[in-house]
Amino acid sequence: MMLAAIEFAYWQTTIFKLILALVVVLGAAGPSVYIYLFKMVSFMQSRLGPMEAGPYGSMQLLAEVGKSAQKEDIVPERADRFVFKAAPYVVLISTFLLALVVPFGPDAVFVDLDVGIFFALAVSSISVIGILMAGWASASKYSLLGGLRAAGQLIAYELPLVLAVVGVVIQAGSLNMQKIVDAQIQGEIFGQSVIGNPFILTQIIGFFIFMIAVQAELTQVPFDMPIAESELVSGYMTEYSGFRFLMFFIGEFATANIFAFMASVLFLGGWGVPQSLMDAIPGLATEIGVDGNIIYSNAFNVIGPIIMLAKMFALTFIIYWVRFTFPRFREDQLQKFAWKVLIPLALVNIAITGVLKVVF
Amino acid sequence: MSAFLRDYLIVILFALLACGVVGGFIGLGAIFRPNRPTAGKVQNYESGVDPVGDGWSQSQIRYYIFALLFVMFDVEAVFIFPWATQLETFGYFGLVEMVIFIFILALGLVYAWRKGVLRWV
Repeated sequence: MMLAAIEFAYWQTTIFKLILALVVVLGAAGPSVYIYLFKMVSFMQSRLGPMEAGPYGSMQLLAEVGKSAQKEDIVPERADRFVFKAAPYVVLISTFLLALVVPFGPDAVFVDLDVGIFFALAVSSISVIGILMAGWASASKYSLLGGLRAAGQLIAYELPLVLAVVGVVIQAGSLNMQKIVDAQIQGEIFGQSVIGNPFILTQIIGFFIFMIAVQAELTQVPFDMPIAESELVSGYMTEYSGFRFLMFFIGEFATANIFAFMASVLFLGGWGVPQSLMDAIPGLATEIGVDGNIIYSNAFNVIGPIIMLAKMFALTFIIYWVRFTFPRFREDQLQKFAWKVLIPLALVNIAITGVLKVVF
Repeated sequence: MSAFLRDYLIVILFALLACGVVGGFIGLGAIFRPNRPTAGKVQNYESGVDPVGDGWSQSQIRYYIFALLFVMFDVEAVFIFPWATQLETFGYFGLVEMVIFIFILALGLVYAWRKGVLRWV
């Protein structure tokens, strides 16, 4: 209650938000790279992974950053210098803007836009421009091929991603991320409100389409045709070195985390727990405000981020598990899968969800 | 400044923050990294041999067709979202309207499919 009494000026909350944004985007990427990219893949391949830097190699990422810092910053002579240098900025802008609308608690949100999820889907496609810029400006054949493949793949999987979300929006009746969480906390399945209504149960098709599309949007294996290291030598990143390369790397893993955050908001109930559980535990009870709004317990501003983090790590586990398990799709298989399977399936999913919503 | 504009001010601030992070990293790196460009180093990478021809070559027309298809469906998605939020208000009327809309667009996909545009040969 003491905290609530203190009023912060706009610039104070804004600076606080910007610092938190660094924590959410960069801070969360570190542990997930260490746990999944360094350690989990090593254990899956019967090896130990990095062990030297820090206890159990936990400082390995810092060592990698230090390594990147000492690399010469090379711009190829034939490259379009301005576009070449601008590309990493565009990719990271997309990542940061994506984090903007993710809610971590009833008040713990950077900005509660009414078009929340629509905004997130819109800015997620900015990264395509950055990747295409990188591929084109490098003036290398590998990069150009990689950039074009990336653009072709990202726009093909953008559609299932967007259409899979429509099912959730129909059920929640709002684009606002907080209202989507609300709908899952307050919802009920067949009149039973014991577990609320996490949309993964009713939107299981949408969830699978969303996760597959996320995998492709991140150009993770098995959708890594654009950066195929064995034929395109990392595609659009071929000519980048040192910190510029590291920016693409950070962008990729930070975006993976934020997409996992979004998936947990859309399908796993976000920061909330079912209303029945809130009623059962003292201190978490909700109040009804003067204008009929539901006011959640302040405790969720602390518990919420922890719940979100747990869900995020569970979902990124799936992303990396798939990444380290499956072989690469061919370009034609990849496009066929998006246009002939995922998009029709997503359209059918929208129609079924709409019919069920209207009928019941 | 209205609350609405203030909400979107932070969008710009976040974009600036992202630029700051990239610029900061690269600027900080300038302290540590060496800078000795030689003729061989700044050549474009082509598996170790000297690059042949121009890096900017012509590319497949296929990508262009897929981009056109994408625009079609992306615009569709823009129309579907407002409908999805208001489905409860519109009821059966809205549902039938949208099914017809999706059907017409699906016809476009089927047409492209039959024409062999979706085949990647």
